[in-house]
Amino acid sequence: MSAQPLLQIRNLSKAFGGLMAIQELDFHVNKDEIVSLIGPNGAGKTTFFNLVTGMIPPDAGQIVVDGHDIVGLRPNQILERGVARTFQNVRLFPNMTVLENVLIGQHTRTGTGPVGAILRTPAFRRQEEQAVEKAKETLAFFGSRLVGYRFDQPANVLSYANRRRLEIARAMASEPKLLLLDEPTAGMNPRETAELTELVAKLRDEQGFTICLIEHDMRVVGRVSDRVVVLDYGTKIAEGSYHEVANDERVVEAYLGTKAGKAAS
Amino acid sequence: MAARFHRPDPRRTVVLGIAGGLTAVFLSAIGMVEEFIKRSLVDPEVVLGYVTIALVPFVFAYVVARPPPVREGIAPVRPGPLTLAAGAVAGLLTASVVSLFVVITTEVNVRGVLQNVSPPLLETLTFHRGVGQGVVWLLVGGTLIGAGGAAVHLIPARYRRPVVLAVVWVLIFGLLQVLIAQIFRGLKVGDTVNPFLYKGSRGLTIHGAITVWIAAFLIALSLEGQREAMRRRLAEATPAVRRNYMLVGLAVALLILAVTPQILGNFLSEVLDLAGIFLLMALGLNIVVGYAGLLDLGYVAFFAVGAYTGAVLTSPSSPEWNPAFTFWAAIPFIMVAAALAGIIVGTPVLRMRGDYLAIVTLGFGEIARILFLSDALKPYFGGAQGIIRVPNISIGPVEFVTSQDFFYIIYALAIVLIYVSWALQHSRVGRAWMAMREDETVAEVMGVNIVAAKLQAFIIGAILASLGGALFAHKIGSIFPHSFNIVVSITVLMCVIVGGMGSIPGVILGAIVLVGAPELLREFSEFKFLLYGALLIFMMQMKPEGLIPSRQRAQELHQDEAAQDAWLRREALGDTEPEPAK
Repeated sequence: MSAQPLLQIRNLSKAFGGLMAIQELDFHVNKDEIVSLIGPNGAGKTTFFNLVTGMIPPDAGQIVVDGHDIVGLRPNQILERGVARTFQNVRLFPNMTVLENVLIGQHTRTGTGPVGAILRTPAFRRQEEQAVEKAKETLAFFGSRLVGYRFDQPANVLSYANRRRLEIARAMASEPKLLLLDEPTAGMNPRETAELTELVAKLRDEQGFTICLIEHDMRVVGRVSDRVVVLDYGTKIAEGSYHEVANDERVVEAYLGTKAGKAAS
Repeated sequence: MAARFHRPDPRRTVVLGIAGGLTAVFLSAIGMVEEFIKRSLVDPEVVLGYVTIALVPFVFAYVVARPPPVREGIAPVRPGPLTLAAGAVAGLLTASVVSLFVVITTEVNVRGVLQNVSPPLLETLTFHRGVGQGVVWLLVGGTLIGAGGAAVHLIPARYRRPVVLAVVWVLIFGLLQVLIAQIFRGLKVGDTVNPFLYKGSRGLTIHGAITVWIAAFLIALSLEGQREAMRRRLAEATPAVRRNYMLVGLAVALLILAVTPQILGNFLSEVLDLAGIFLLMALGLNIVVGYAGLLDLGYVAFFAVGAYTGAVLTSPSSPEWNPAFTFWAAIPFIMVAAALAGIIVGTPVLRMRGDYLAIVTLGFGEIARILFLSDALKPYFGGAQGIIRVPNISIGPVEFVTSQDFFYIIYALAIVLIYVSWALQHSRVGRAWMAMREDETVAEVMGVNIVAAKLQAFIIGAILASLGGALFAHKIGSIFPHSFNIVVSITVLMCVIVGGMGSIPGVILGAIVLVGAPELLREFSEFKFLLYGALLIFMMQMKPEGLIPSRQRAQELHQDEAAQDAWLRREALGDTEPEPAK
């Protein structure tokens, strides 16, 4: 493990009115790690992602990515620093094509403006070609599901599972250092879930992304995680390997209950 | 298996029949029927007034009798005797409501409230035969027309569209006599064709109408199914072939544009000039609303900035300061002024979305007009007196004077701006705008700089409108603040929405139809906004994506379904196959 974590969070707090969504949270993700964030509904997991991606400002605390504090930056600047996410309730650009959705992910990695677009300068054409090439490569990561005739179909005709895959592709295209996946397997059937679990591992092993995911499916958590962090009422109640966490009394009490026994077996 | 006969819903029949009657009464009571009665479409009997009121039971009966769409798992039904009966009942009900209206208004004078419900209207509605006999005629006529509307469904599918389209073409030929007679004159066949088709200014002759119907029917019939085949051929063509098609299409379009003003003559060129100026604005607004999704209701402000900047810089008699530039020298300054205006409007509304944005921009539009009208700025912009003597545009020694000359400048600029719109749409900038339109929050999380994207949209939209404004100033030769009122903003927005937001061909069609057609039908201009409103409601209800939807929305539904089915089949097969090695 590298000396400095890729994502280092210290003392993070966020309240919505009287509700403490996140309380003095310390958290870190090392490079090349897969960290799962679990916890009962309303524990503050998605709020945590929203804070890290700059969608909402924290009340207190530090969020350090690769040595730079990103608190106060706009979401697009944070993406530029290498943090990309997906959403729990898939949020694609429904009327844009599959390819265009992925191209948006590359927005900050490309740079031609309106003048270049109007004049169709050689630099513009080259960059456009490269971007399309790269988008197609990214989509090829999901096998044959999102390639060929799919490139030019609007995202809203895709099946649910394909939408989830496309959302991941869009995040991948932004070349992030840290990929935040918000319930990537929610709503998928067992076969799709199993496949996506493999993909998450491949995202790290083959593509070199560091991953932090929120997940409710304990089989997925158990299979992919290097480390599991459990949140409850905005605070960290346990941390460690899946087995350590699954057998932790406080976790069992707060959340896993009897379900953990079933899932772990 | 023989399909069942369609049995229209009785409740629906009654409700729609009465709704049709109320519509017909409404059209009569606002004076539309009486106004339209003066206009003859086909000599001697078919006048626009009766056509309008007859269309009501026809259309409502058509809707009543329409069989449900064929869906999977539901046995298809085909129109039968009940279809006709339902249409006739709906038509009868519509006519009954109108008859009731006639009887009541004959007895009770309602002119104090409904000014247009005059004795002449009642005579028109009773066909000048007195109330008793008139009502009988109304009821019989309504029933027959209703049955006729329903009978459209009995026409074999292959002929249905051509038959209806041909009737529409006859009506268009009658309605746009001025335009069509002029086209034939411009094509140098007017002396032979026009007397055959038209009877003076009284609309088509009977044999003219029949000729038009047959010609339109045959053309429509031969084209039926061709469109699909052509689209398929185009989709399957290699890029090189497609490129050739496009070049040929472009050449044909340019050729048509080149000869249009010569064929159409001065008056109709004037109409197209006006439509062209609105087209320039609509292209700009299409970027702001269609691509970036920022609803701007004060778009006229940028048009005004362009017109005033152009006028001040070029007119030798602009009040305070008159450098008397040429149009070409003024262009860079106009663009800079427009860009500044875009920033001024864009910056305060960066954080606003949807309704709030619309209201604030509405205010900006009015502020612009009031500023140009104000006494404070009178030394610069002439207040209510405006700026006069804006010179003609010239290239070298050639001066563009007439509407026909101006046509070339306007449409040359339109072609440039169409290209600019297309180029922006298919670029990183355009994609960022569209992402912002679809979901602003996610666009920002995915790296789009919202501030920059919004300002870019406002600035580029402003520049496009300002060029239209400058041409407007040169065309009219003088500008006054009252030319820049909210109606301009609304009209441009209508062009974009009706044509299809984000669709360049849609915007072109929208501007030509919504700005050009009212100019041709000036005699009915008092109903212009009523028709705009009705059209807008209809579009929002039935076809919110516009007449020519943009590429994304135009994706043919069955194409997608076919692709989806193929994919599902593969998925299902994949289930039985071993998982591919990971």
